[in-house]
Amino acid sequence: MDFGLSDDQRDIQRTARELLASRAAPERVREHAEAARTDAALWRELSELGWPGIAVAEAHGGQGLGSVELAILCEELGRSLAPVPFLPSVLTATLIEHAGSPEQRERWLGGLASGELTGAVGDAGRDGSGWDAPLVAGGAGADVFVLVDDGAAACVLARDEAEVTDAASIDSTRPAAGVSGAGEPLGAGGELAAALDRALTAVAAELVGVCDRALEMTVAYVKERHQFGTPVGAYQAVSHRCAQMLLDTEGARVAVSFAAWAADAGAGGEGVLPEAAAMAKAAASDAGRDVTAAAIQLHGGIGFTWEADVHWFYKRAQLDAALLGGARTHRARLARIAAARATSAVPA
Amino acid sequence: MDLTFSERETAFRDELRRWLADNPPPPRPSDGGEEAEHAWRRDWQRRLYDGGWAAPHWPAEYGGRGASLTESAIYFEELGRARVPLPANILGLLLGGPTLMVWGTDEQKERFLPPILSGEEVWCQGFSEPDAGSDLAALKTRAVPDGDDWVVTGQKVWTSGAQHSKWCMLVARTDNEVAKHKGLTYFLMDVEQEAVQIRPLRQITGEAEFNELFIEEARIPDANVVGGVGNGWKVALTTLMNERAGLGFALQVRLRQQLDDLLAIAGERGLLEDPIVADALADLHVRCESIRLLAWKGLTDTERYGQPGPEGSLVKWRWSDTNQRLTQLAADIVGPEALTAGTHWSYELLRARGNTIEGGTTEVLKNIVAERVLGLPRLKAAA
Repeated sequence: MDFGLSDDQRDIQRTARELLASRAAPERVREHAEAARTDAALWRELSELGWPGIAVAEAHGGQGLGSVELAILCEELGRSLAPVPFLPSVLTATLIEHAGSPEQRERWLGGLASGELTGAVGDAGRDGSGWDAPLVAGGAGADVFVLVDDGAAACVLARDEAEVTDAASIDSTRPAAGVSGAGEPLGAGGELAAALDRALTAVAAELVGVCDRALEMTVAYVKERHQFGTPVGAYQAVSHRCAQMLLDTEGARVAVSFAAWAADAGAGGEGVLPEAAAMAKAAASDAGRDVTAAAIQLHGGIGFTWEADVHWFYKRAQLDAALLGGARTHRARLARIAAARATSAVPA
Repeated sequence: MDLTFSERETAFRDELRRWLADNPPPPRPSDGGEEAEHAWRRDWQRRLYDGGWAAPHWPAEYGGRGASLTESAIYFEELGRARVPLPANILGLLLGGPTLMVWGTDEQKERFLPPILSGEEVWCQGFSEPDAGSDLAALKTRAVPDGDDWVVTGQKVWTSGAQHSKWCMLVARTDNEVAKHKGLTYFLMDVEQEAVQIRPLRQITGEAEFNELFIEEARIPDANVVGGVGNGWKVALTTLMNERAGLGFALQVRLRQQLDDLLAIAGERGLLEDPIVADALADLHVRCESIRLLAWKGLTDTERYGQPGPEGSLVKWRWSDTNQRLTQLAADIVGPEALTAGTHWSYELLRARGNTIEGGTTEVLKNIVAERVLGLPRLKAAA
């Protein structure tokens, strides 16, 4: 058993962290977030490096790597909050690749993998006239949308077939839109569930990155900030909450590792993917909310100001925590899975 | 990343599983109390010993199998899964033996290791004192040299199994003149002497798993000093590190079984349809699985990369917290039976309160995480 990354995976992680530290420094993120703009130059650079297509099959123009590599990039982008449509776009590609028809894959995957096109995924409701998603993160500039109704059905919508309206989410690092339209069914043949589990793993990975960075910033702050003549981080009311942030983050991190491994492990892992993905999203959604809330609290007054950077992490965590179902939704799914297994395991 | 066992590990697990299936312990004695329970666990250790399964984590030269860390964890997982008791001399097997292997002389290893393994001599642990719990190095039990012996006086507490034990891993102060960590020495004390009085410590469950030891001029031969005079703190840390290792896997599996039992009960009573109950159970499921994954990650990172991550400190904390949540939820799901004295769930409800205290309180674990993992400054102790 080995939770470690391979040398190649470690290289991906290190390269991503270094690149994003120089290209998506907090000032640059803030500049784009305040203007609700994506960073087109950075997106072009990441596209040239092949990031958007990292987990897309080579046959569709991607790099053909797996969920583990995708999770590494999602986590790094979550740490930096780089204002690029990475997660929305890779979620779109994941759902189309694993649940789409050959025509849908043909039409969209090449562009999504190269970064020439961007996508966005939103939670939607349906009625007789079609689909309606009031708040699609990353939707403002997306070329194609995948809308998902409660994990049970999904559709693909090209931008020119959709009605796209302005919508501002609290997270302006990822400009949103309202999206509605008739849509073309996606994954009606039963492939949707497994595709969604892969997508959930990617969202959860981004949340782990958000938590990791929020904790890092908080630890640095409470070491620096003095009150009553001592660093506030020496007070156990503060240090114990930091310890709790670490526990929440690491609990989510192992669940994401398990899910990413399960998605890539083929026959060995497929059976546990639904459970692993639900656990990852449940743990990461809770951790994302709790850890970033604690980050604001432990920054004290400055944490409540626009000027400090912690609020961007809180806002991203809120959007990600809700995306494709929150912790409660996935715990409901887990309760059914766990109960079925417990009942079958216990002698009558 | 590969979250499966290797062929060798799988073979180890399968061999053990078969052995456990072929050699089940007799049913747990329903009466005879604590004595009968101990005899039952002692017989069980003998059976494990005869089968070569008493301490697979020990090197082959001492009668073990030289099992890797992973195999050792598999061993405890499988004991948990088979719902068999832990061997009677678990403290000797898990703590005393491995401590002697690191610090003991050849004579000590030869004298003490074989009867630990066979269960002929049971061991207990004399570390905590009434005024030295989390602050262990503040202990006051004194040992003074007298000819070839040491004479020991003091009091120990939370000594589980002392009434069945021959040997006590005892840490005592041998020098008052130096800093508190430096004046300690680690001894093996014969518990079977007049000068050692054992008084059971009745706990909130009504039973007495633990004891107080009153030591009044007990004698320990100099040959029973482990690791040298004044080196007791380091030797004690070896013991404590072993305490947090293997056993965690047995506890983690037990937690899983309790949760499966509770899920089954909730299912029988139709309570899984209640979204609040289902949510609480699923939350426990997530916590339980994260404990399993964190425990395995901590162990395999240590094994493969020699670099333990923060997981070690997190596992015990989350396990104890989760077991308390689980037993509290059981009170809601099971109903009055869980509050009736003498029932399984009422026992578990009460016993779980000890989990966040024993083997390192949650508060101390949080300090360890804050200081050693996050690098936060330490609060100056009140003068």
